[in-house]
Amino acid sequence: MILLLAYCAVLLSFVSGLLALLMNQRHALLALCQTCFKKFPGSRNQCRAFVFGNLDEQRFPVFLRQAVFVILGLSGLFAVLAGLSVLVSKDVITDQIGLGLPWLPWHVRFDGLSGFFFLIIGIAVGAVSLYGPGYVSGYQESRHPFAVLGLFTGLFVAGMLLVLLADDAFMFMIAWELMSVASYFLVAFQHENAANRRAAFLYLLMAEVGALAIILGFGVLASFADGFTFDALRESHLSATWASIAFGLALLGFGMKAGIVPVHVWLPEAHPVAPSHISALMSGVMLKVALYGLIRFSFDLLADIQWQWGVVLLILGTVSALGGILYAMVQANLKRLLAYSSVENIGIIFMVLGLAMIFMDNGHPQLAALGFLAALFHAFNHALFKNLLFLGAGILHHQTHELNIDMMGGLIKKMPQTSLLFLIGCMSISSLPLFNGFVSEWLAFQTALQADVLDNGVLRSLIPVAAAALALTAALAAACFVKVFGLIFLGQSRSQHSEKAREVADKTMLAGPMLLAALCFLIGIFPGLVINLINSVSEQLLGQTMPNDSALGWLWLAPVSAQQASYSPALVLIGALIAGCVSFWYLRRDPVLKTMRRAAPWDCGFGGLTPRMQYSSNAFSMPIRRIFAKVWLIDERIDKDMQGAMDQDVAAVHYHIDIQDHSWPLLYQPIGHGINTLAKQVGRIQTGNIRTYLGYSFVTLVLMLWVIS
Amino acid sequence: MNGLIAAIQTLLFVALAPLLAGWLKVCKCRLQNRKAPPLLQPYRDLIKLTHKQPVVAGQASWIFTKAPYIIFSATMLAASVVPLFAVDLPTSASADVIVMVGFFAFARFFLALAGLDIGTAFGGMGSSREMTISSLAEPAMLMAVFTLAMTASTTNLSIAITHVLNEGLVLRPSFLFALFALILVAVAETGRIPIDNPATHLELTMIHEAMILEYSGRHLALIEWASQLKLMIYGVLIANIFLPWGIAENFSVEALGYGLLAILAKLAVLAVLLALSETLVAKMRLFRVQEYLSFAYLLGLLGMLSHIILEASR
Repeated sequence: MILLLAYCAVLLSFVSGLLALLMNQRHALLALCQTCFKKFPGSRNQCRAFVFGNLDEQRFPVFLRQAVFVILGLSGLFAVLAGLSVLVSKDVITDQIGLGLPWLPWHVRFDGLSGFFFLIIGIAVGAVSLYGPGYVSGYQESRHPFAVLGLFTGLFVAGMLLVLLADDAFMFMIAWELMSVASYFLVAFQHENAANRRAAFLYLLMAEVGALAIILGFGVLASFADGFTFDALRESHLSATWASIAFGLALLGFGMKAGIVPVHVWLPEAHPVAPSHISALMSGVMLKVALYGLIRFSFDLLADIQWQWGVVLLILGTVSALGGILYAMVQANLKRLLAYSSVENIGIIFMVLGLAMIFMDNGHPQLAALGFLAALFHAFNHALFKNLLFLGAGILHHQTHELNIDMMGGLIKKMPQTSLLFLIGCMSISSLPLFNGFVSEWLAFQTALQADVLDNGVLRSLIPVAAAALALTAALAAACFVKVFGLIFLGQSRSQHSEKAREVADKTMLAGPMLLAALCFLIGIFPGLVINLINSVSEQLLGQTMPNDSALGWLWLAPVSAQQASYSPALVLIGALIAGCVSFWYLRRDPVLKTMRRAAPWDCGFGGLTPRMQYSSNAFSMPIRRIFAKVWLIDERIDKDMQGAMDQDVAAVHYHIDIQDHSWPLLYQPIGHGINTLAKQVGRIQTGNIRTYLGYSFVTLVLMLWVIS
Repeated sequence: MNGLIAAIQTLLFVALAPLLAGWLKVCKCRLQNRKAPPLLQPYRDLIKLTHKQPVVAGQASWIFTKAPYIIFSATMLAASVVPLFAVDLPTSASADVIVMVGFFAFARFFLALAGLDIGTAFGGMGSSREMTISSLAEPAMLMAVFTLAMTASTTNLSIAITHVLNEGLVLRPSFLFALFALILVAVAETGRIPIDNPATHLELTMIHEAMILEYSGRHLALIEWASQLKLMIYGVLIANIFLPWGIAENFSVEALGYGLLAILAKLAVLAVLLALSETLVAKMRLFRVQEYLSFAYLLGLLGMLSHIILEASR
């Protein structure tokens, strides 16, 4: 039954993709319907009117778009139901489908871990399908055909869901490739710009290199096992070295997809160019599928965790978290900024997962469960608020035709609902109390503070340093999102586009973000809801649950014990409401004083503040840019146009700034050069002369014969 | 009963914060050979401000007008977590020291947004600087707090203070480092000299003042009160974590009275020290602040390392 729900989710997403293909088949459909109605003349007129009404030339595209997204939404709903029911029932369901190779049918397994990620995907897909119809209506059908977008969206979602269901390496890789390739076409959707094509190609290249690494990782496991099913792979007992090699390959492959530094470069290129609801899915969900892959591979298949892997994850995670947020800080393109912030959040998740591994191997399964919980919880939260922010960015782009935050401003008055939803997203991602991001970060800190139980002195001192790096990350994230919200929504309009912007007319477009924002707040107040779900995952996977001190009741969060730390967001909310309301009521009790006098702001007596006098994105991040100057490759130029006698007067000043990622010159350009030189060397033996090629064949033949004999 | 004492404690925090600010001003004026304003002057200022009609810039949004209430409530919640004169209160269980740092972050988030709301250059400048400095100060602060948390193996402030009390007077090198780190952070976070000067409106050096330049009336009163409260919270943290003696461990009237007197005396001494340092030290250039704060971070780190190497019994 539960598996049926999961299959329904996969099938519906396929159907939504195929349905989108009908976009160009209106005439064929019309003819089909007419023949149908001729055969069954008894059919009711209402039905007939409905069908032909929707097949009308004007009405058809709108109807089909809605139908595609409704079906996609249903797929999301089924995914949520399937995930929730498997988590609540704590079942492990296995099945076989007669697809695939003759001797290797597709093995399907649906357990708590898959269920939890089903839940994440389901919520995200649901929100996106509420939002989608309004968003895609802005595309011109001739330049950006909906058939392509709809088809690959459906395939992309189906691929992600199938990855979670896979129980053999073969099916896993097929589904993984389906997900990667479908998302490549989505990134390349607006391919008229050279930059988009370049980003899409980079994405495809890195996805395929990552897939190769994953295949090799499975290969290492399979060479010690008899077969490719996950059951067989679980039984393979690897030596510590081989296990580490397999883990390293998996980390490279899944890390490339998840976007950890230094293999993150596709993220900031691909996310800005994809349509917003696709970036939301890619950033909010696809990165989580990569995380799922890594967890499945290391905690489930390899099972014998070594603490050294944890240290690697901890260090990579710390670097990604700090690097991601520092790069996000200096971006002016909103979606690029959000992409870098995803790198940061994935870094945080990897960090905590690393802690879980360290505790696991050092014989503290309870603390490992705590770290695991924090990692999965943050993955869940990140899916919520990053989706929300990307959908918000999509609305902003739709209404202002801008993604540059220096071109916005003052939108809080023009788009009050969007601004409130975006504010909730910003507060969650900045991990402020009362919102969901804070809870997972609090759990991460609690995990790190348990480092005292470890025997290894180096680890004991490394982990608190990582925790302090996490604190720096959180504080920088707050600074970054103050900048984002402040420059986009507050102040005065910086361009004509934002001056003319209006709230979205299509309210269903706001429904998706609204759902996500409500969940962000709800889970921030009642984190126990999600924690119980994750506990059933860790019970299956680690055999341990987080020790929540139940004496305090379900409103409380007390990992380890109430003596050590506790947090009750609901009580905090009540306290905040009391404090806020009392001060609000008391200070405004006098009706005369209640009114505020509006006046012009202080302009130092020069008269007239212009929007250009406001702080810009570069100005806001300048102190941080100067303090952490070594982190970026900054090319900053100030050109002056001179005029007048002897060119003494400054007519205009031009400011240019170009900020580059260090990983390009350090990592990618050498690799690119290396491949080019290698290709040239290979080219040398290809003379183009047939006699030489015959000679090669002969020598090869002789060598082979020699080897065989 | 416990809940009542917790509420009284929070209210006392709120009520006494202006007094601390007044006392600080008195000390500073005496040290600088100036005539001091009356001790109760901050109260008078607050009352005066609440009775004035606020003047708000034309383009201000709801963020600007609601931010003072949010900032004040968040700071008040942070105060409710910190044991003032008695330990073992229910409020310290509902939120620990990490949540307290989170409350400060909450208040700061809205303060910085309010600074950006009007769209003046000053507001943006203040917000940018405030967010920069706080993002450097937060890791240093947490490093110091973690040292304490690992020693007492809890992040619950009330239990941590009880732990320090039960240990008796032991000179721990880690605590010494953490104390200095926390003092440096406290100075930075509450905007005192050498990081920021609360007494001037000199545009090149403003941080806090730049953000709140547009505020007036009850809004200004709330923000001023919140920043006085923040100063007091940091003072109480330093006093009660590192020198907890005198704090009430049970709820008898006598113990509570002694606890209150003890904390008042400790705060008075701390304020004198702060006034002294503010008189002796000059304000720092903005881009030397990171050196100051990384020094604080380094102290916190040293505290942590000395705890792990010297004190953890293994």
